[in-house]
Amino acid sequence: CRISSDGKPAKFQPPPKPVIIDKQKQREERRFLSPEFIPPRGRTDPLKFYIERKDMIQRRKVFNIPEFYVGHVLAVTTADPYANEKTNRFVGICIQRGGKGLGATFVLRNVIEDQGVEICYELYNPRIQAIEVLKLEKRLDDNLMYLRDALPEYSTFDVNMKPVSHLDHEEVPVNKLQVRMKPKPWSKRWERPKYNIKGIKFELPENKMKEAQKWSQPWLEFDMLREYDTSKIEDKIWHEVSEELKK
Amino acid sequence: QGLLSRSVSRSFLSFASITGACRAIQKLTRVRVVDNSALGNTPYHRPPKCIHVYNKTGVGKVGDKILLAIKGEKKKALIVGHKMPGPTMTPRFDSNNVVLIEDNGNPVGTRIKTPIPYILRQREGEFSKVLAIARNFV
Repeated sequence: CRISSDGKPAKFQPPPKPVIIDKQKQREERRFLSPEFIPPRGRTDPLKFYIERKDMIQRRKVFNIPEFYVGHVLAVTTADPYANEKTNRFVGICIQRGGKGLGATFVLRNVIEDQGVEICYELYNPRIQAIEVLKLEKRLDDNLMYLRDALPEYSTFDVNMKPVSHLDHEEVPVNKLQVRMKPKPWSKRWERPKYNIKGIKFELPENKMKEAQKWSQPWLEFDMLREYDTSKIEDKIWHEVSEELKK
Repeated sequence: QGLLSRSVSRSFLSFASITGACRAIQKLTRVRVVDNSALGNTPYHRPPKCIHVYNKTGVGKVGDKILLAIKGEKKKALIVGHKMPGPTMTPRFDSNNVVLIEDNGNPVGTRIKTPIPYILRQREGEFSKVLAIARNFV
């Protein structure tokens, strides 16, 4: 009953249209499968990977392992019998994710009191009590081992950092930071094309960069025997894992 | 102090080259003393080197005692961190860290600023005094 203050019939205002947010569609558009689910190339029986995946899903149901890439800043609390309060919290940037199956590891690096510390954690180790993602940030490379030879300011992260909220459930931001290095010699010759690093600001002279290109192997990307197409395997495994986790 | 890079000119090296820091600690590895003792912090023209490891194998890991040669003197020390990756879930440091110690186990310095792994707490009996002066644990 529309009774306006004037006494005249009020103008018809149509009800607001309902905004349909198809959340299922949004989630399906972005699929993330943790790299340790993908079986390595080889002649092992797929039954072994299937059993391992079952165990991994079992663990994930009990304990939430968030989605993270190399370059994220994580805080990991582990159970430690020798620490006071029995828990040990370490904050660091993930520099490498290795291993497949239940032995999947990730290395966190931080610089505490001018001392660089790296800890290699196993994802499925029952001693881990919590993994929090403090900062979502993908970097230009898959492997940030060059941070060991970079200036320490690029590896320092505050231990009491507040988790930075991630608004979009769509994209993970890529940080195109070019890291400055300490003077040579480095632990590995990062300028060589074998490492294919894009995240370093090389301040080396031109002739050194040209000399490094001597070790380039441009035929590697065309080598057909080295191809390992994981798209179909990933699809299958993603469907399997997501169905199991929804139960 | 801090992460010593080879480009920092040391007075004893004008044209010679040196190897990168050793991963685990054995004889003739250069180590970094992390406590605030006078012996460890006063500059000398030679870096402190390990001359003996008190171990069945000659390789020292975290919690092993070694003999150091500092400023022309012999001193025992305790390894608190090395560059070699150890068992998973244990920290790996970017330099070989060592704390000076007397023969009876008393530390020489009074404070240790650098982080120390929690594993040392397992041998609370031997290293209780060293753990007492440590500030940060990893």
